[in-house]
Amino acid sequence: MIELQGISKQFGPEGPPAIDGLDLAIAAGEVMVLIGESGSGKTTTLNLINRLAEPSSGTIRIDGQDATTADPVTLRRHMGYVFQGVGLFPHMTVGENVAITPRLLGWDKPRIAARVTELLALVRLPVEQYRDRYPAELSGGQRQRIGLARALAAEPHIMLMDEPFGALDPLTRDDLATDFLQIHRELKLTTVLVTHDMTEAFMLGDRVAVMRDGKIAQIGTPQDLAANPADDFVRTLIETPRRRARELAAIMQAGPA
Amino acid sequence: MGGTRASFAAALANLPDYLGQHVLLSLSALLLGLAISLPLGIIAARSRVLRGPVLGFASMIQTIPSLALLALFYPVLLVLSVFAQSTFGAGFRALGFLPALLALTLYSMLPVLRNTVSAITGIDPAVIMAARAVGMTKRQTLFLVELPLAAPVIMAGIRTAAVWVIGTATLSTPVGQTSLGNYIFTGLQTENWIFVLFGCVAAALLTMVVDRLLALAEQSFSEHSFAKLIACLVGLALVVGASLAPMLASGRADVVVGVKNFSEQYILGSLIERHLSEAGFSTVRRDNLGSAVVFRALTANDVNVYIDYSGTIWTNEMKRTGNPGRKVMLREIRKWLKDNYGVADLGAVGFENAYAFAMRRDRAEALGIHTIADLAAHASQLKLGTDYEFPSRPEWRAVSKAYHFDFAVKRQYQPNFMYRAVETGDVDVISAFSSDGRIAQYDLVVLGDPKGALPPYDAIILVSPSQAHDEKLLKALEPLVGAIDLETMQKANLMVDRSTNKRTPRDAAIWLDRQISTGH
Repeated sequence: MIELQGISKQFGPEGPPAIDGLDLAIAAGEVMVLIGESGSGKTTTLNLINRLAEPSSGTIRIDGQDATTADPVTLRRHMGYVFQGVGLFPHMTVGENVAITPRLLGWDKPRIAARVTELLALVRLPVEQYRDRYPAELSGGQRQRIGLARALAAEPHIMLMDEPFGALDPLTRDDLATDFLQIHRELKLTTVLVTHDMTEAFMLGDRVAVMRDGKIAQIGTPQDLAANPADDFVRTLIETPRRRARELAAIMQAGPA
Repeated sequence: MGGTRASFAAALANLPDYLGQHVLLSLSALLLGLAISLPLGIIAARSRVLRGPVLGFASMIQTIPSLALLALFYPVLLVLSVFAQSTFGAGFRALGFLPALLALTLYSMLPVLRNTVSAITGIDPAVIMAARAVGMTKRQTLFLVELPLAAPVIMAGIRTAAVWVIGTATLSTPVGQTSLGNYIFTGLQTENWIFVLFGCVAAALLTMVVDRLLALAEQSFSEHSFAKLIACLVGLALVVGASLAPMLASGRADVVVGVKNFSEQYILGSLIERHLSEAGFSTVRRDNLGSAVVFRALTANDVNVYIDYSGTIWTNEMKRTGNPGRKVMLREIRKWLKDNYGVADLGAVGFENAYAFAMRRDRAEALGIHTIADLAAHASQLKLGTDYEFPSRPEWRAVSKAYHFDFAVKRQYQPNFMYRAVETGDVDVISAFSSDGRIAQYDLVVLGDPKGALPPYDAIILVSPSQAHDEKLLKALEPLVGAIDLETMQKANLMVDRSTNKRTPRDAAIWLDRQISTGH
């Protein structure tokens, strides 16, 4: 359970706030998707949860505990974070990348080794083949899988994901998204995922929060949003995947000319 | 080419000492430089406010000519040492290792600082963000992510610093630190090109070997190759070990012999060493010291024995003008040295090495010049060549005041090039040294000094306060007092300075010693 109450975030002394009086509650076990255009405040919201950014005002509670007074380092070690563009450490092998948070937490070596093996199997990369390779030797999809494995390493309950599948080709993307949903359910995670792709938001999200100008324009299940868009902005946003679905269906039905 | 072989053998004999000192100095300066510039670079990389001033300071150091930087540290340390002596009752050696170490340390800082700053600030911000997100503290981010990623670039900076330091260390000879530069400075003075070449090649080889070894370390970081790092460390350990072993085995010397930067001094330095080692002292030489530096060093016990010239002490140190005559001057100098510094003046060696104006005989005769007074009449059409010291010395002021001359052109040379210049006609008159063998060799005439503006320059043996009552040492040097006349010294100097059938200063010292013992 993650609760954000009356959160505001101002970066510079000038200009409009990045987050403007945001309230958001994420239930345990759900996938909450934050969607919006660039600059709408979705990545900042994500970063506030593990205190990569500090709110200017408001409170954040995680499982009832005040996160804004917790030690940020400890907090981060107990949350997984998957980056847009992966952010693997280029000087560490795949195995070392995955092992980093357990290592920081002081796990013993056999436990870390076992965990690395387990996680590489989970993201479907054979351990013997991949553990000692460097990120530069891997494909984009493989790197994203390693990023996922690294985020999961210290058995977190909360996963924060910033456009995790954004830079991948469609096939890999689909593959990885499906794998992720399965892992999410198996491990009973609570996930906050940022994307700007409405189709992805609808496919992955239990609920979707549409963000605009640092506020939530509308929040609900994909069905809610599709049935009752709150305003023209939301309507335009969800119209795109709908139109594409209709066009795609028409092409498929017409068959080869 | 027996001379070449002898020079080469002499050069080789000095290699263990010179190389060992060179490596010890370079290594110490690099390590000290790293210990300062690595943390400073890290701090500067994190603080935008500090970055400018830190890099600016290091760049400014780099703009100071390296020889000047080395020279500047001696007076600074001397003041500090005197202060330490008066405050804590314990001074330190302001000459030799310390000034060279500090100057080279400063010199090594810029490449390491600059590379550290640009390597750390150049790391992809996404990686730093990831480091925070996986739960690293600032310290862990530094040691687990920033430094490993910056390592190849920092290592490249260390390589540059190593090359600079090893090269520049050759310039530490004039501040009294033995280095491979001793070959170059001594070789330049005595026109012993074998020595110069030997010094250059030795320094270049050392630089190249160290550079290649450090390149291995740089590669090991970027290629994740542990084997290359081991190879680098083993290689460096071998180089350092092999260079330092002979020096460490030799132990400490009892007596430091100071030597100024010209042939006569090299010969006399060798001669003093011979007499001391016969008496059972172990000795070490400090070659190529400037006049003021060597005198300060003697009074501070950094140098224990050296030969100076009465006129130099009289004008430079005692700040006296006028010429009371040879005997009076020697007596007053002895008393002044004893009263002011506790320095022992053992007495005159016998010959004089005075500043004297000299011209080619044909030129002097053509112009009808016999004395400095005649010279002054023609000065406005003549070119004067001097050594580096003379124009800034009181003797120059005294003589130009006495005779009112104003030369058309004034040029400064290394002493040996100065004689060349007058011989070839590049200059008309030079500030020669009366004991120099080349006066006779090039058939130069020494101009008379009717006004007595130039003081006498008797060679005198000086002993530092710490050894002034060491009877055994004084006794060992006693045979040199009154032992060498002008003609004998000129012959010995010529053996070293002439361009054919050259002898090493050591050979000349052996010849001189034989003259002394047979009472020639």
